[in-house]
Amino acid sequence: MTSSEARPALRLEKVHKAYGDNAVLRGVSLDIDEHEVVALIGSSGCGKSTLLRCLDLLEPIDAGAIWFEGEDISWPGYDVNAARRKIGIVFQSFNLFPHRSVIDNITLAPRKVLGLGGDEAEARASDLLTRFGLADKAADYPDRLSGGQQQRVAIVRALAMQPKIMLFDEITSALDPELVGEVLNVIRDLKQAGLTMVLATHEMTFAREVATRVAFLDGGEVAELGPPEQVLSDPQQERTRQFLRRVTEARRI
Amino acid sequence: MTSTTSAAPVHDPERLAAIASRRRRNTTVSTVSTVVVLGILTLLIVTSPGWPAVRESFFNAEYARDVLPDILKGLRLTVIMFATAEPVILVVGLLLAVVRGLTAPIFTPLRILSIAYADVVRGIPTILLILMFGFGIPALNLQGLPDSPLFWAWFALVVSYSAYVAEVLRAGLESVHPSQRAAARALGLNQYQSLRYVVVPQAVRRVTPPLLNDFIALQKDTALVAIIGAGIEMTRAAQIYAFDAFNYTPFVVAACFYILLTVPLSRWADWMAERQRRRSQAGGGAL
Ligand SMILES: Nc1ncnc2c1ncn2[C@@H]1O[C@H](COP(=O)(O)OP(=O)(O)OP(=O)(O)O)[C@@H](O)[C@H]1O
Ligand SMILES: [Mg+2]
Repeated sequence: MTSSEARPALRLEKVHKAYGDNAVLRGVSLDIDEHEVVALIGSSGCGKSTLLRCLDLLEPIDAGAIWFEGEDISWPGYDVNAARRKIGIVFQSFNLFPHRSVIDNITLAPRKVLGLGGDEAEARASDLLTRFGLADKAADYPDRLSGGQQQRVAIVRALAMQPKIMLFDEITSALDPELVGEVLNVIRDLKQAGLTMVLATHEMTFAREVATRVAFLDGGEVAELGPPEQVLSDPQQERTRQFLRRVTEARRI
Repeated sequence: MTSTTSAAPVHDPERLAAIASRRRRNTTVSTVSTVVVLGILTLLIVTSPGWPAVRESFFNAEYARDVLPDILKGLRLTVIMFATAEPVILVVGLLLAVVRGLTAPIFTPLRILSIAYADVVRGIPTILLILMFGFGIPALNLQGLPDSPLFWAWFALVVSYSAYVAEVLRAGLESVHPSQRAAARALGLNQYQSLRYVVVPQAVRRVTPPLLNDFIALQKDTALVAIIGAGIEMTRAAQIYAFDAFNYTPFVVAACFYILLTVPLSRWADWMAERQRRRSQAGGGAL
């Protein structure tokens, strides 16, 4: 349990994760500073979702460490609920609770986990809904909303826990192109507010605009890491170049 | 961030009139055809050679009038047994189903017990359970336990139906996508809270139609309690009269009351199933 000044908000140390014989993460190391926005890029199946799920302790890791607030939260027996209270995650497929209205989706965890009173939790939720243009949807059920609205509700639901770090897993890839913008606006907003974020994304232009650093994940490790101008425009590694070439070609088709 | 443009809905009065007229015609056709079919059936039955004998021993108005007060008394007991057994069955069934889904090593013995319970109990005919509990346990004269055969017959019903209900609920729990639990856990809810607020409500909603089916079966199976002759339960009342007089009208009267009890439940079950279907088709994309 070390503690030092100016430590990173989140530190991954040689994280390994395999599913059976499939070694997905093979020693991922990455420091994420406070107020930083790190974009995770890489080809499909390279382990972006896996990495984010490991960070939120939804998957146990096989080796390595995940340091958060001076503690290795990945160690077996660590109070995962305590860590998850401070790390929020938004999934590609929204995963809203279909049997609860929008407001009930958002207030559930603040009430049951943080112990907020009903009024306080609802006030917090209403503020966030208003901020993200969803004020009139509070009473609706998730399946009445458009994909973009659902994804924004999912983001609000995670934000209502006031996490220190937010993880976003390709939150626009299930959306129609015209809905992508409204969700990305939310991310811009959050960056403005100084939230520390890790986002897996296929939107290179967006990564370039919003990320402070870009991490290219390949072969189970961080193959290249740096500011977006460098990684996306002038990559040092051959495999990064290949990946970016494939992405631009795919865009053209 | 959002832009919602709303315009007034447009209706064509002629189109609406055409729809209404079609609907009226459909009602007329279905009414006439139903009356005709039922009329023919009645005629066939009443004119058949065996009808007078059947009417005498199954549809005898005099016996029906005599037996009615006792059947009504029995009806009360039937309803009480059903109404008290059902909540207990739901709770026990849910516990069994949840325990069966627990993966932590500490729960292994409980999980094995739950599986064994479902397998064993579902293998035994309900009527045997009622005989064993209803006659067997009161005969032991155990201190501190109720010695009413009626109570133990009720208990046997609870034991039996809990196993079936547990299986239905387990199917419901397994049908909730794991990503829902992951989302709940990711928000910091613990395992119990995730079950309580996220998984179980969705599971129960999904299996409501088959659950109601089990309730209907239970309501009918309260008749089995008659075999231990405890109290005057509806079927038992009918039995006493029928065997005294060699006339089966009391059974028909009792049967009518069972139908009166189960039909509303069946309609309700259908209505719930229909609502369920509409709901799940409205959504889809979200999960
Ligand atoms: N629960 C699981 N069980 C077994 N294998 C898994 C599981 N989850 C992911 N994998 C495997 O791990 C690898 C990485 O998957 P992951 O979902 O992390 O990729 P990704 O980078 O997020 O891809 P995409 O861009 O398509 O979302 C894949 O080979 C996948 O088959
Ligand atoms: Mg993924």
